[in-house]
Amino acid sequence: MTEHVRYVLALADDVLVASQRLGGWIARAPELEEDVALANIGLDLLGQARSLLTHAGALEGEGRDEDALAYFRDERDFLNVHLVERSHGDFAATMARLLLLSTYLHELWTALLTSTDDTLAAVAAKAVKEVDYHADHARMWVLRLGDGTEESHRRMQAGLEAEWPYAEELFDGSYVDAALLETGVAVDPSTLRERWAGRVVAVVEEATLTVPTSRPAVTGGRRGIHTEEMGYLLAEMQHLARSHPGASW
Amino acid sequence: MYGNDFGVPARDGRDTPGPTGGTGTTPAPPDEPPGFQELIDTDARIEPRDAMPEAYRNTLVRQIAQHAHSEIIGMQPEGNWISRAPSLRRKAILMAKVQDEAGHGLYLYAAAETLGVDRADLLDALHAGRQKYSSIFNYPTLTWADVGAIGWLVDGAAIANQVPLCRCSYGPYARAMIRVCKEESFHQRQGFEALHTLSHGTEAQKAMAQDAVNRWWWPSLMMFGPSDADSTHSEQSMRWGIKRFSNDELRQRFVDMTVPQADALGLTLPDPDLCWNDERGHYDFGEIDFAELFEVIRGNGPCNKQRLDHRVRAHEEGAWVREAAVAYARKKQERAGSTTGAVA
Repeated sequence: MTEHVRYVLALADDVLVASQRLGGWIARAPELEEDVALANIGLDLLGQARSLLTHAGALEGEGRDEDALAYFRDERDFLNVHLVERSHGDFAATMARLLLLSTYLHELWTALLTSTDDTLAAVAAKAVKEVDYHADHARMWVLRLGDGTEESHRRMQAGLEAEWPYAEELFDGSYVDAALLETGVAVDPSTLRERWAGRVVAVVEEATLTVPTSRPAVTGGRRGIHTEEMGYLLAEMQHLARSHPGASW
Repeated sequence: MYGNDFGVPARDGRDTPGPTGGTGTTPAPPDEPPGFQELIDTDARIEPRDAMPEAYRNTLVRQIAQHAHSEIIGMQPEGNWISRAPSLRRKAILMAKVQDEAGHGLYLYAAAETLGVDRADLLDALHAGRQKYSSIFNYPTLTWADVGAIGWLVDGAAIANQVPLCRCSYGPYARAMIRVCKEESFHQRQGFEALHTLSHGTEAQKAMAQDAVNRWWWPSLMMFGPSDADSTHSEQSMRWGIKRFSNDELRQRFVDMTVPQADALGLTLPDPDLCWNDERGHYDFGEIDFAELFEVIRGNGPCNKQRLDHRVRAHEEGAWVREAAVAYARKKQERAGSTTGAVA
């Protein structure tokens, strides 16, 4: 597998797994409007994942389509960050994660608008508008919960503390091949961190919350080393497709 | 999806009456405004600001709320398969479908609110068991094929029920139904297509599709309610232009529409008595086990408790979120007020 394919797969797996987790909120959100919104965000992320997986399969040239890559890869071959795979906690933790992730994705897609990989640039052009909405949605909830009631403030702070240590992995560029950076295919995620932090901290402060000072968690998603929860996530997602190898749906 | 508007039969075999309670002849209620029935008879629409009999209002509130509740409870059996959908395309279709159902719930609660009730109160009534949702959702979705069968049969039955509601005498309900029906038609085609893929797939997939159809066929027929002889709300609702066709007429229409579709799928319907009747120009079908329907309505279906518990839990777990949103909005308003005050 080339570095180019691995890079696209890492981008794809982040949004695929994030979408899988968000799907768990549908039919159990705090308000009907939020069922609609979370389904919408999950659908956008799934759409991004499908385009990226299809692209990775084409780059690889071994005949694997989006479903072969989503359903028939084993856990060690998934390259997503730990942030997205952990079970989603309460609504405050979910909104904290969405704020951290979608603000990062907005920076990422903005940078990839000029990727020399035309397909990535095209995906970025569509995705950047979607994640802008997701980040705004998360921002509004973090403000409401942070500056709402005592309970919501406490929960929002706890959610932020729970998710914060996992954000750092998004900016670890060590997995991105230097040649991809030189040719302008990829962006070095560490270059996105400053703008991301500026935006996130502004929201946290406006929400009357405290920016966590916790150390980054030890992770390994980009090397295929996942949390214990990832196995269950994939078992649930993949079992039906794997029970019927070769079948079309 | 559809909220069927009927209750459990009392000892004499008839439904327990709802707020309208009418059986037999249906004289005009004493509070009926002059010209009200004439408006309905000329196919005009009643709008929220128009005077209307309380019984008309109550009937509509009950029916629209039940329909809205059915949409949001209906999210559960299908949502059950989102995490396990066997391809990413199917996963996207299913997420979009369940999202549509939430949207239908929203339109319908909004339509009910034009009658002077509040969504929060209607949800409380659902959670306390004072208002019902369609009994069809008290059956479990056991395999992936159930998602296709629900789309094809349950949404198909819903459409047969709902298309006439697009001409309902109450304007906001009729207009909401136009949009709902368009989306339901789309869902039904998607369900048919998903089942077609299964029934033309591997042996295991075909067996899965047949099993799902076997389990969902009779409950789908029950969605139309008791036979006309045992139906109580019908007569007054017909007079008021809320209902246009009887339960049995709609059920027959659904059977006639569905049998050829089953042939196209290469699947059978689990009814040995199902056959074309040349004389009637319709399909004859076997007797429906209404005893089962009424057991499910009474709360003894396979998933009644699970569906309502899930719904109540989601609502209770979200209470602090809704309170926070209200508190935040109030703070913002107060701040805006004090800023304006300072400037002035």
